[in-house]
Amino acid sequence: MKRFMSIAMASAMAMTLFAGCGSTASEGTDAAAGTDTTATADTAAEGTDATAEGTAAAGESAAGGVFKIGGIGPTTGGAAVYGMAVQNAAQLAVDEINAAGGIGGYQIEFKFEDDENDPEKSVNAYNTLKDWDMQILMGTVTSGCCVAVVEKTSADNMFQLTPSGSSIEAIKYDNAFRVCFSDPNQGMASAKYIGDNAVATKVAVIYDSSDIYSSGIYQKFVTESASQPFEIVSAEAFTADSKTDFSVQLQKAKDSGADLVFLPIYYTEASLILSQAATMNYSPIFFGCDGLDGILDVENFDTSLAEGVMLLTPFAADAQDELTQNFVTTFKEKFGDTPNQFAADAYDAIYAIKAAAEKAGLTPDMDASAICDAMKTAMTQITLDGLTGVGMTWDASGEPNKAPKAVKIENGVYVAM
Amino acid sequence: MNKTSGIYPHKLNKITKNNFITYLMVLVLYIAVQLLLVTGNVSSLMEGLLVPLCIYVMLAISLNLTVGILGELSLGHAGFMCVGAFAGAFFSKCMNGAMPDGVRFITALLIGAVSAGIFGILIGIPVLRLKGDYLAIVTLAFGEIIKNLVNVMYIGRDKNGFHFSMKDFFSLNMDAEGEVIVNGAQGITGTPHDASFTMGVILIFLSLIIILNLIHSRDGRAIMSIRDNRIAAESIGINITKYKLMAFSLSAAIAGVAGVLYAHNLSTLTALPKNFGYNMSIMILVFVVLGGIGNIRGSIISAIVLTLLPELLRGLSDYRMLIYAIVLIVMMLFNWSPKAIEWKERMKEKYFPKKLSKGKEVK
Repeated sequence: MKRFMSIAMASAMAMTLFAGCGSTASEGTDAAAGTDTTATADTAAEGTDATAEGTAAAGESAAGGVFKIGGIGPTTGGAAVYGMAVQNAAQLAVDEINAAGGIGGYQIEFKFEDDENDPEKSVNAYNTLKDWDMQILMGTVTSGCCVAVVEKTSADNMFQLTPSGSSIEAIKYDNAFRVCFSDPNQGMASAKYIGDNAVATKVAVIYDSSDIYSSGIYQKFVTESASQPFEIVSAEAFTADSKTDFSVQLQKAKDSGADLVFLPIYYTEASLILSQAATMNYSPIFFGCDGLDGILDVENFDTSLAEGVMLLTPFAADAQDELTQNFVTTFKEKFGDTPNQFAADAYDAIYAIKAAAEKAGLTPDMDASAICDAMKTAMTQITLDGLTGVGMTWDASGEPNKAPKAVKIENGVYVAM
Repeated sequence: MNKTSGIYPHKLNKITKNNFITYLMVLVLYIAVQLLLVTGNVSSLMEGLLVPLCIYVMLAISLNLTVGILGELSLGHAGFMCVGAFAGAFFSKCMNGAMPDGVRFITALLIGAVSAGIFGILIGIPVLRLKGDYLAIVTLAFGEIIKNLVNVMYIGRDKNGFHFSMKDFFSLNMDAEGEVIVNGAQGITGTPHDASFTMGVILIFLSLIIILNLIHSRDGRAIMSIRDNRIAAESIGINITKYKLMAFSLSAAIAGVAGVLYAHNLSTLTALPKNFGYNMSIMILVFVVLGGIGNIRGSIISAIVLTLLPELLRGLSDYRMLIYAIVLIVMMLFNWSPKAIEWKERMKEKYFPKKLSKGKEVK
């Protein structure tokens, strides 16, 4: 046995040494193969009888008059709500723009690919869109996937605008921008708001430690709270596997005498927390971020429990301005439900792409890389009045500059504070 | 291999021949794909799928060692992959820039293999005393424990060295300029992209050589005798625990290597139920079962087919998940229902009457 293992290990070492040289060579060929192709029967070589999805190279010339914008997000699986919202809202925006004459006179073609909220699948989706000759990427919806995809778009020099990928790494390259606030930004804004307005002195936090969005906000919130006039008396986590019973976390918050509970989580769990707090006769102020938007539409949820909940959100579906009202009405007509902030972010993303593309004077016959270079500068020059903010601007880091709006739920509607 | 072929110097024996068919199949596939890559005939999607294909093939053949050769049902294979992935990515993240990329990646692969192998032994010692369904459930639990442990682990590094916490980011007590390496549920981000198709294929070859040689060695026969009749094996003095552990930990180590490859293919590594949960373990088991329990070549083919299928069905958008499931059922029936096997044999007899008896034995 020993001899066998030693031979096996020795040969393994020897083989892997050769591999070191081989891998760089193949990367070179990868790059060479990066140019557009007529997808042939490459799958036959994989030992399957399935045929490749034909991606017509002819598209390049035929698409002379059309901008090809791709989108990526989960439309199946646990996070499908967010992906569907983005897909629908983006399609809505594209249809509107096309009806109004397109981008600088050119129509847009929009294609959305599913990534199941899995980074690996997300990269596959990105490659599929590349085969389709995508020129601009509007995605991805979730942070984890965005981190994986931005690596690829940066290598390909493809312009990427994510509607809702909020982690720092999601847009770490200069080709990537986002519409939503970053997680740290929200945590900081929340802590500042609570401190500046003296909302509370003792704060409890309940967050989802298995979620990047939630723990990202939590980390920055705690860091920022050090310089604010309130103290964090309890911080309790839950995970995706245990998100139905919050009595332990609530009991701890109650015992520590917190008069405000900060909920940097999504509305589904928050609605459960509110119900369970009510049965415990615990009624602190609940404060949340944009993830709480949508809480009034949760099925079988007594919305009277949400009275007095405060949240920082860039978008409120019942805002009174004309843009929001039109968007919400059309969205409801077409898809049958109230748009959430993901939808609003996606809608703004498409309009931001339009504004920047017009600013840069893009034409559809440019290739993705030339478009990316032009868009990078143009994005920093535009000002957009969108659903999620008025007078939004972007800087070269890709972060949007817009003011978070604090709203309070009163009589079942959002009221600005 | 040399020993067995030495007995019949004129002719390769059946086992060696069969093994060489497997090696040759992988080699031909590799050369074909490389040719297509060089001539630029591969779509971006296919190109992006090459490394994941290698990863799933390795997972399938390594699980086949436990399920097919050792005869124990393990549902925690993704857990070993997770251990390897995080160990390898952690090493690469720490050492990035400190040593040449090639050396670092190879070391990361070895570290992934060793750490997953150690976990295999640690889990194997208590768990392999169980049999059948019980083992399946305990390994399932192990996989979930690993995934959850990784999700609460925070490791950071600053000039005072490493900081570790199971609570949250703030318990690390790091300097302001300290760098978080494992950030709880956010996992490891920014792992260098070292995985390549060539590397993947070389690792498949290594795994194949190790597994096929083990199967046909004295140790392999001992392992299979435990599978076939434990009492008989024990009565002739085979050390059951030793051989079980050997197969189990080797299988874990190869899964660990696949994990390292996975971590170096994507720049983000998080332990989600999707990639390291029991869903993945069951997915790997599906590869093995479809390809044929104990049939290494079958595992390779089924892993490739089942990984490609959902991507090739993308044209059907959301219906692809439904179609995928239906295709899976149809393939299982076609491959393994007794009637279908009977029908295939009748067809074989009809068109290739001579090959029948031989084909049966080889399998």
